Amino acid sequence: MTATEETAQQRPIGYGRLKRKEDPRFIRGEGNYVDDITLPNMLHGAILRSPVAHARIVSIDTSRAVAHPKVVAVITGADLEPLNLAWMPTLSHDTQAVLATDKVRFQGQEVAFVVAEDRYAARDALELIDVEYDILDAVVDPHHALDPDAPVIRDDLEGKTDNHIFDWESGDAAECDRVFAEADVVVKQTMLYPRVHPAPLETCGAIADYDQVTGKLTLYETTQAPHAHRTLYALVAGIPEHKIRVISPDIGGGFGGKVGIYPGYVCAVVGSIVSGRPVKWVEDRSENLVATAFARDYHMTGEIAATSDGTILAVRTDVLADHGAANGTAQPTKYPAGFFHVFTGSYDLQAAHCKVTGVYTNKAPGGVAYACSFRVTEAVYLVERLVDLMAAELEMDPAELRMRNLIQPDQFPYVTKTGWEYDSGDYPTTLRKALDVAGYEELRREQAERRGRGELMGIGVGFFTEAVGAGPRRHMDILGLGMADGAEVRVHPTGKAVVRLSVQTQGQGHETTFAQIVAEELGIPPEDIDVVHGDTDQTPFGLGTYGSRSTPVSGAAVALTARKVRDKARKIAAAMLEVSADDLEWEKGRFFVKGDPETGAAIAEIAMAAHGTIELPEGVEGALDAETTYNPPNLTYPFGAYVCVVDIDPRTGVTKVRRFVAVDDCGTRINPMIIEGQVHGGLADGVGMALMEIIDFDDAGNCLGSSFMDYLLPTALDVPDWETDFTVTPSPHHPIGAKGVGESATVGSPPVIMNAVVDALSPYGVRHIEMPATPSRVWEAINAAQMGG
Amino acid sequence: MDVTMTVNGTQYQRDVEPRMLLVHFLRDVLGLTGTHWGCDTSNCGTCVVLIDGEPVKSCTTLAVMTSGHEVRTVEGLSTNGELDPVQQGFMEEHGLQCGFCTPGMLMTARALLDENPDPTTDEIREAISGQLCRCTGYAMIVRSVRWAAEHAGDDATTAQEVGS
Repeated sequence: MTATEETAQQRPIGYGRLKRKEDPRFIRGEGNYVDDITLPNMLHGAILRSPVAHARIVSIDTSRAVAHPKVVAVITGADLEPLNLAWMPTLSHDTQAVLATDKVRFQGQEVAFVVAEDRYAARDALELIDVEYDILDAVVDPHHALDPDAPVIRDDLEGKTDNHIFDWESGDAAECDRVFAEADVVVKQTMLYPRVHPAPLETCGAIADYDQVTGKLTLYETTQAPHAHRTLYALVAGIPEHKIRVISPDIGGGFGGKVGIYPGYVCAVVGSIVSGRPVKWVEDRSENLVATAFARDYHMTGEIAATSDGTILAVRTDVLADHGAANGTAQPTKYPAGFFHVFTGSYDLQAAHCKVTGVYTNKAPGGVAYACSFRVTEAVYLVERLVDLMAAELEMDPAELRMRNLIQPDQFPYVTKTGWEYDSGDYPTTLRKALDVAGYEELRREQAERRGRGELMGIGVGFFTEAVGAGPRRHMDILGLGMADGAEVRVHPTGKAVVRLSVQTQGQGHETTFAQIVAEELGIPPEDIDVVHGDTDQTPFGLGTYGSRSTPVSGAAVALTARKVRDKARKIAAAMLEVSADDLEWEKGRFFVKGDPETGAAIAEIAMAAHGTIELPEGVEGALDAETTYNPPNLTYPFGAYVCVVDIDPRTGVTKVRRFVAVDDCGTRINPMIIEGQVHGGLADGVGMALMEIIDFDDAGNCLGSSFMDYLLPTALDVPDWETDFTVTPSPHHPIGAKGVGESATVGSPPVIMNAVVDALSPYGVRHIEMPATPSRVWEAINAAQMGG
Repeated sequence: MDVTMTVNGTQYQRDVEPRMLLVHFLRDVLGLTGTHWGCDTSNCGTCVVLIDGEPVKSCTTLAVMTSGHEVRTVEGLSTNGELDPVQQGFMEEHGLQCGFCTPGMLMTARALLDENPDPTTDEIREAISGQLCRCTGYAMIVRSVRWAAEHAGDDATTAQEVGS
């Protein structure tokens, strides 16, 4: 390899492994997260939270706190009511209290906000607020939320007499019943995808800086969706939208937990307006785990039907969804259960039906978070466990049962029984590759040997189809805002470029990936392209980063914008070279005259000409720039096949993930290093959710997962050295064929680990075990089987 | 209460509340925001700094306890513009995504390599097991530390020189 080739490979003008442009600041400790920002004269806020899950507020006495020498203001719900800010809309057309006025409805709910000179004083003053509560019975178990005698949690909603939020269904129930009735084999299983929390290492926070002279609010926030937040603040608080600037600086992980608006943000704004000074509020870890968006909490009853020779015919499910004290899920309005109805998975079925009932309980609101792709996570878990249960019933190998029922390449675009149109896929090739990389046959032989020695080795197999890149605006919106995203590309006179995005990275490497897309389209080296994001005053409107939508939506916007720039460059080059635009040919970074490759103009020369004095062709304005708002025609459907090997110690119930093979297909690959990193992170999430993580509650509604002492996350010792590979099936409708990969592994891995755990325990007759498969749960399953016999 | 400590080679003397945590002292008093605050319970390790060369969680250390000691933070890893090999390793091997856990990981990695210049991957996993990363799944952090071990001699700046 020559030095030039080596350089080109290390710094590709286009796609390829490229070191990240954002890393130099992070490895020096020079990142700029919300809590790193200090504004002149800044105050600090702290929130008093409810110690109980359900209670009527009898009185709030703030006088002692107000008297604290370092306290500037104490704000309660009563102060917010005249401003019409005591309640705010959630992202699912419900309401949530900013500061409680009538009742508290979950432990950790926001009751009062103290603004003080420093963060220690603000915390001290919380101790000086006296709140008298009249404690009410709490609704903790969602299965009893609809009991006739259940306390009504949302009695603030006019006419509300129960805890019911919605019923929603998809698929053909009658046809599904018919197929089930005629099937040879039916398997039914209840399963809980427990409440978990995305727990990004950076908690949520904000700094509000309201300028009383100009009336402009600058709000630094830990948000994945700065533009959507700005619009909502304008609608809710009545501040004109052009007077609000939301800045989302470096974000220390989001995973969906930083999509919504939290009361603390609103309190910081009110605090700044009241005090006339900037106010910083940053929650601590317990506040983060107790009060910000949880994920999952889907109580599912699933059924699968098949012929006796292993043709899967249909799936159906009835789901009870625990939404907590407000329906606060961030998801398209049309889909109250998110994209859960993609639960038919990767299989060619005759029928499917799902029904989801959402209920209120006395728990924190949330619901769509933790890299779940709008509840595709729950859907994939359900169908992949059901397929394994059917394999066990039929005494078939689970890999073989999957291979036999996968949608075939010639069936794409494939319309599922619940209405999704999968764009592209070659599922059998991907599954075969995963089995080959894992050495599946050899693993089964090893398992048989180990079982002979009484050892518990489990092999899990799974396949997933994701639905990401929301979405076509006619179908998908959040609070009426269509899910389109903008991009702007400007080439400066000297040929350097800036690209402006509406989406917001939380670690996904947008500054690198989006520079690479422009580099590929315009032939400008990525290091010469600046990516601007996270500032509503500097970027075009769009709905932000979640649901793996940045590459499918904004990636498309950027590619199309760069192509518009190229089209303009062609016209300018034609004027420069005094030929017809049709006579020009493009090679990366340069137009040249057909048949005369020596005569041409490089993009930098064209950029200078675009800003110079030459006569431009008719209809071409000066400068070299373009913009796009991209409305995706369909979602993209990444997919993958995973194999997991676990070893369980029968004496302790400890599960060790020995190997994990992930073969992902996210269409066209932009930066393989970043893709691999995204997959690795999701796989670790999977180990956490399958084996460790749960936010549980006691009967009184006390949160039992309120610190990292109780809410266990995987460390380096809990995960193996991941084995990743890939196939490439481009999306036919995406300008560069990319599908998005940020959540694939989080979606795909939990059922595979659970399939491996159940496979390991199958000698005991175990067919299902609930997540998380903690040592005690596994040990109990083994013990129960042995006791029973 | 008077506290005097050396941070990244510079001596600081400040009057602080006895209860002030070292992480807040570094961030809010000295303005060294590279050290992060993540959990309060010593579980996540975003706040790890070196005190006299030993990795310590600064969210559960009082600033006054550090009086008279030498503290090294991520800001003190590179010298004269030369990156420490662990910093380079994290860039080369994609050992970071959101960057929030990175300063703590870097400091632990530095302490590990100071004590054991050629650690196995198991030893690296053990060393960073008191810290959490929510983005990388750890494998690339392990590779990053191995990269640093393998390139320790490449740099004009060695670990010992930086530490002195």
